[in-house]
Amino acid sequence: MTSSSPTVNRYDAIVIGGGHNGLTAATLLAQSGRQVIVLEAADSLGGALRGHAFHPGFRAPGLVHILNRLDPEVIRLLKLDTTALSGHPAPTVALSELGNPAILRGAYGETLDGVSAQEAVAFAEMRRKLVFQAGILRRFLRRRPPEIGRITLNDMTSFAGAGLSLLRKGREEGRDFLRMLLMNVADVADEYLDDDRLKGLLAFDATLGIHLGPRSPTSLLGLYYRLTGEINGAIGNQIVARGGLAQAFERAARAAGVTIRTGAAVARIIADRGTASGVVLETGETLSAPVIVSAIHPQATFLKLTDTAELGTGFVRAIGNIRSRGNVAKLDLALDRLPDFTGVSRADLSGRLVLARSIDHVETAFNPAKYGAFSCDPVMEITLPSLSDPSLAPPGAATLSALVQFAPYALKTGWDSGRAEFLAIILEKLEHYAPGLGNSVVAASLMTPVDIEARYHMPGGHWHHGELQADQLLVNRPVNQAAGYATPLKGLYLASAGAHPGGGISGLPGLLAARHILSGEKP
Amino acid sequence: MIPDVTLRRSRQAHIATPRLETPFHARIAALDETNDWYSWAGYKAAHSVFDEELEYFAIRSTAALFDISPMVKYRISGPDAERYLNRLTLRDVAKLKAHRVQYTAWCDDHGHVLDDGTLFRLAPDTFRLCCQERHLPWLLDSAIGFDVEIAEETTEIAGLALQGPTSFAVLANAGFDGIEQLKPFQIAEFSHDDTRVTISRTGFTGDLGYELFVPAGAALSLWDRLWMAGRNLGIRAIGYAALNRTRIEAGFIVANADFMTAEAALRADRARLPDEIGLDWLVDAEKPFFNGRHAILEARRNQSLKYILVGLEIEGNIPAEGAIVYHRKKHEAGLVSAAIWSPLAKRNIAIATLERPYGSRIVDDLWVEIYASRELQYQKMMKRATIVPRPFIKLDRRTATPPGLF
Amino acid sequence: MKKYDVVMIGGGHNGLVAACYLQRAGLDVLVLEKNDWVGGAATSREMTPGFLYSNCSYVCSLFRPEIMRDLELPKHGLQVIAYEGGAVFTRDGDYLASYRDHDSHRREFARYSKRDAEAYERYARDVTRQCRFIQPLLMRTAPDPFSFKPRDLAELLYLGRKFGDFSAHDMAQTLRFWTMSISDFLDEYFETDVIKAYLALSGIIGTALGPMSPGTAYVLLHHYMGEVDGSVGAWGYARGGMGAVTQALASSFRASGGTIRTGADVEKVMTRSGRATGVRLADGEEVHGGLVVSNADVKRTFLKLVDEDALPETFVHRVKHFKMRGSSGKLNIALDSLPEFPALPTGSSCIRGDMHFTDSMERMERAYDDWKAGHFSADPFVDMVIPTTLDPTMAPPGKHFMSCFVQYCPPKIDGEDWTDADRDAFAETVISQIADYSPGFRDRILHMEVRTPREIEAEVGLTEGNIFQGELTFDQLLFNRPVPGYAQYRSPVPGLYLCGSSTHPGGGVMGAPGRNAAAEILRDLKRKPNQMSPAHDVI
Repeated sequence: MTSSSPTVNRYDAIVIGGGHNGLTAATLLAQSGRQVIVLEAADSLGGALRGHAFHPGFRAPGLVHILNRLDPEVIRLLKLDTTALSGHPAPTVALSELGNPAILRGAYGETLDGVSAQEAVAFAEMRRKLVFQAGILRRFLRRRPPEIGRITLNDMTSFAGAGLSLLRKGREEGRDFLRMLLMNVADVADEYLDDDRLKGLLAFDATLGIHLGPRSPTSLLGLYYRLTGEINGAIGNQIVARGGLAQAFERAARAAGVTIRTGAAVARIIADRGTASGVVLETGETLSAPVIVSAIHPQATFLKLTDTAELGTGFVRAIGNIRSRGNVAKLDLALDRLPDFTGVSRADLSGRLVLARSIDHVETAFNPAKYGAFSCDPVMEITLPSLSDPSLAPPGAATLSALVQFAPYALKTGWDSGRAEFLAIILEKLEHYAPGLGNSVVAASLMTPVDIEARYHMPGGHWHHGELQADQLLVNRPVNQAAGYATPLKGLYLASAGAHPGGGISGLPGLLAARHILSGEKP
Repeated sequence: MIPDVTLRRSRQAHIATPRLETPFHARIAALDETNDWYSWAGYKAAHSVFDEELEYFAIRSTAALFDISPMVKYRISGPDAERYLNRLTLRDVAKLKAHRVQYTAWCDDHGHVLDDGTLFRLAPDTFRLCCQERHLPWLLDSAIGFDVEIAEETTEIAGLALQGPTSFAVLANAGFDGIEQLKPFQIAEFSHDDTRVTISRTGFTGDLGYELFVPAGAALSLWDRLWMAGRNLGIRAIGYAALNRTRIEAGFIVANADFMTAEAALRADRARLPDEIGLDWLVDAEKPFFNGRHAILEARRNQSLKYILVGLEIEGNIPAEGAIVYHRKKHEAGLVSAAIWSPLAKRNIAIATLERPYGSRIVDDLWVEIYASRELQYQKMMKRATIVPRPFIKLDRRTATPPGLF
Repeated sequence: MKKYDVVMIGGGHNGLVAACYLQRAGLDVLVLEKNDWVGGAATSREMTPGFLYSNCSYVCSLFRPEIMRDLELPKHGLQVIAYEGGAVFTRDGDYLASYRDHDSHRREFARYSKRDAEAYERYARDVTRQCRFIQPLLMRTAPDPFSFKPRDLAELLYLGRKFGDFSAHDMAQTLRFWTMSISDFLDEYFETDVIKAYLALSGIIGTALGPMSPGTAYVLLHHYMGEVDGSVGAWGYARGGMGAVTQALASSFRASGGTIRTGADVEKVMTRSGRATGVRLADGEEVHGGLVVSNADVKRTFLKLVDEDALPETFVHRVKHFKMRGSSGKLNIALDSLPEFPALPTGSSCIRGDMHFTDSMERMERAYDDWKAGHFSADPFVDMVIPTTLDPTMAPPGKHFMSCFVQYCPPKIDGEDWTDADRDAFAETVISQIADYSPGFRDRILHMEVRTPREIEAEVGLTEGNIFQGELTFDQLLFNRPVPGYAQYRSPVPGLYLCGSSTHPGGGVMGAPGRNAAAEILRDLKRKPNQMSPAHDVI
């Protein structure tokens, strides 16, 4: 199966997909002296960090509007320009219907405003516990998952390390860790807290981007995942994204000597007898390399780009079984002035505003998603990106970005008719918390999971490239046979959010994949 | 798509006949003397028809009709059929010409054998896969990415094995003109009534023989046609017991009798690589990728194969079915899965699985422990066993073309 | 006043199992039961003349055969009869049946989908593989991963080795299986909704979770681990109703010299110098014992019977947050004649098994949404059986007893206590569902007993009416059940033990918690059991 194309381009490694993970992997491979090329289908790099103009004069920063987990090791190794990360930690404002929000300041609520002293103490206790437990899990997120049946000395050391750090806090902490690990977030929140605003916030954060309700067992994992992230040296910290991070990744890659081609969509991966050797572009051009790194969705990698004749039936079956249907819609509003959220100060508007009144609110919003319907009372996370990056809107005007759920990818009635209806619902909700906002809307762009799929080439419109649920983690991410970055197709590696440890702007899948390739272990 | 309620309701009556009758049932039942039925994949099948032992001799000295309709049959067709089967099975399907049959096997991703069976290339783009176990989900999931259609056609197609030295004469007598040209593993189509019958020169007996496939509606008239033609050629209807003896003589293995198929095995150590059940010769490492390729080749490279399937000749004449194989009468080396006294070879033969290095590096000083129940007492014997090549018998008439008349 | 070696609080099946083992080991055991009969949730009661109702639990599958044998229950009258089949009725007038015969079963599935018919075999084997791993753990005390005692370490090693018997692929599958929802799990095998709805049943029975909640695949396993005489996964009826199980246990207990007092409602566990010394009854009578064992659930035991200040604060906190939300209700019905289901062919064996009406995953999940919102399900999931089709002892000739197990049914309605009107409205949702498929059904009803979590709690004492004495979620399984650090049947109060379903391995009429508790008590007393079989080999 060789191409008849006359042009022969040889590289040491081809990276498919110029998102932050692809660029991370490419940079690290190039730093080792390899000839590396990144092939990006879109006209610019950055994947989910890629912004776009959605109305004349107004730009959306990208699918991502909050940064909370860019790994310091990635920054260090890539020598990443961190200008885009500068800025104050953003507070989280848990909106209230009554106009008296609760506000988390510092890294995930080191201090709280607007709650009772008693509740603040309870929150601090819970936060301490969750951050500690997330710290145990964090060890496993920053290394390649252990290979079942072939546990190495390294793995043992890592297990022992985790066990020791558990014990340092005493037996009871260890027991509590094993008890809580797979619990639902609602029961944990109920155990510690009384304040519906805080409980609603936790329920929201645990389930954002995940097809679970707060009462679904294991939903606490989503919150742990959030608390394994750090930004600017503080665990649980967050900043509102502004432009420039995609360019920083690109500069790092170029500095390392990576060849970059945009507008270069890969049509298929060339393989023979189970070994990959190159790619064919949609133009028919052929590029060859002994190492192919796919930094796009695993399902796109194997079910679209690869001839299934080169893969085992069981593997194809498992890849097909990856649950990857997004539930989040992305709203971008162009506003002629800064909105006024009741009870939220001007300074706090530059933070993250969460609209989730209670656990039940999040749970009820989730229910219809199970049956292919969107929520009529959705929950959402709101930022005003133009406050952090004034270049996003004309002077005096503003942009509002919101991640809204639950909005299932496979809407039974179809998004063609559903989009406008859902947008109207969201605007009505926003109006309640920010009276007058409706009148200031210049333009609105609602990307449903179907639109996200099309714009960002993410099957299912799922930014984790596969549900971040217990059965699709670690040794089963994306599937067991490809959990260690190498895949059954020799020479092909995975480096996207679909691989361990998962999505968000962390760079870890790219880093760990590159590290595994460089470790020289034969696939 | 779920069938609509009318169609589903029309099928509710299936429960009235928990054991289905095959399309040939009326004829076999009429000949049946022993009333010795068993369930073969949900069909009422004859274990014996008149006398197990005499039925064996019908296969070896005249002609025997054996109903193979319950065998699971899948039709695979479409432009990608060859490419699809090449990924699915171990042998190179590109080398299988139209109107030929291949004995083959297929594995899961771990190289563990899912089943063995026969693959008929009915036309360049049309195949029939015959096997013991059911595999529809596996076949359908294997079709992801291929332009191919898979249809289960077990009930629609009746199958009949005609085996034995006079089988060619029976077919010739029945008016299947040109049948003498048919070489082993070749297929030809003939008219029968207003339909077509597919005849292949294949079988499970190691003897001269044919397998005939016909739409179920034409089954009885085909039977009658053969029966009439065979009246003076010693044609008999037989059951599985007799067939089983001949297949052991021929050294053929049976899924879930001589090895566990990967999906049926509950215990992780029971699944087998092709090389562990004597099917290494099917694996074509040169052809394009196929399921299990990496695992099989890696096991060969790392010499991590754990088992080996061998033919044994055992001293004496007591069949050693189920016997444990020992090395130096002491160390357990394996298990006999099938054994008979072969009337044709006059040898006491067996098929056994041994744990390597027994059977691979250590091949001498092997023994089997036979427990023979005689008048309510076990006679316990330790008998010497020798590894011998399979098949245990080799009949020239099986391959002679044109075949002899008897 | 006589002092017993052991005072058992509650005469449920686990209490009786533990009592039997302890009595047979030479201890003098007294069982105190608040009701006028023993049996807890495994009873046969004559609620209307001539009819025996299995009025709580209604099927016998999980009860461990090792215990039946050890305690000679067959001699004391226990006999189990396997189901003959089952069916889900579909709204379009058809049904999906299950049959014991392998090929009939496959052909039935093939009416809906040939693919699903063949996929069932792989599904059944994959579930069986998981079962084979978990089954031996039922009859073992869960190790405490943080005690570092040699025994716990050895047990952890045993678990590790058991797991190591799997292939790497199977291990990864196990990790998935334990955390998946039954809905997602079934999606990997089947395309037909009604087939999935039929198989999902075991993932939700008794559980305050819907089929789309992670962890329900494990719950399926919990129900699949049962057997009827070696036929793994089979369900059956106890001849004479579920009371036959506890009557046999009581008879066995008495035969070995044990004492049962009914109508003895325990109000308090008495302690001296922090050690349990006996119990005080509601009428003020004090009963002294060397040890006290509680068959009551963990909440009732430690929040009602024991003084809170006798317990560590974190322990009380854990117990308070132990989840035992009731999710099920029950209708027990005496029928004048056998109901007809026109969808079924005449003579169908399905009527001698369990029947349901929930033909889609969405209906099943929506029934759960109602529960989450604090109501009983408007379109409930009903597991309906007519044991008298196989057991003539439970009703007069020609008449029948029907048991309908119903989900979902919350402990409170919109946060308020159940009223009789609520109860009647709840019953009507079930009756109307049955009547939709069985014309004239209402006219056959002679008597009906409706049990919501309110009635279950009041009679059996199960807090919030939770039939498993605690939900079967990960945080409440194995070494977490009921409370981490106290998962080995002992409690913070020396001399006080737990032996009910709140302990490992959990609910269902299984007997394993009672047996395991007895083993730990005898270990503390340095006594050998008279006869306590290890778990049957899974080879």
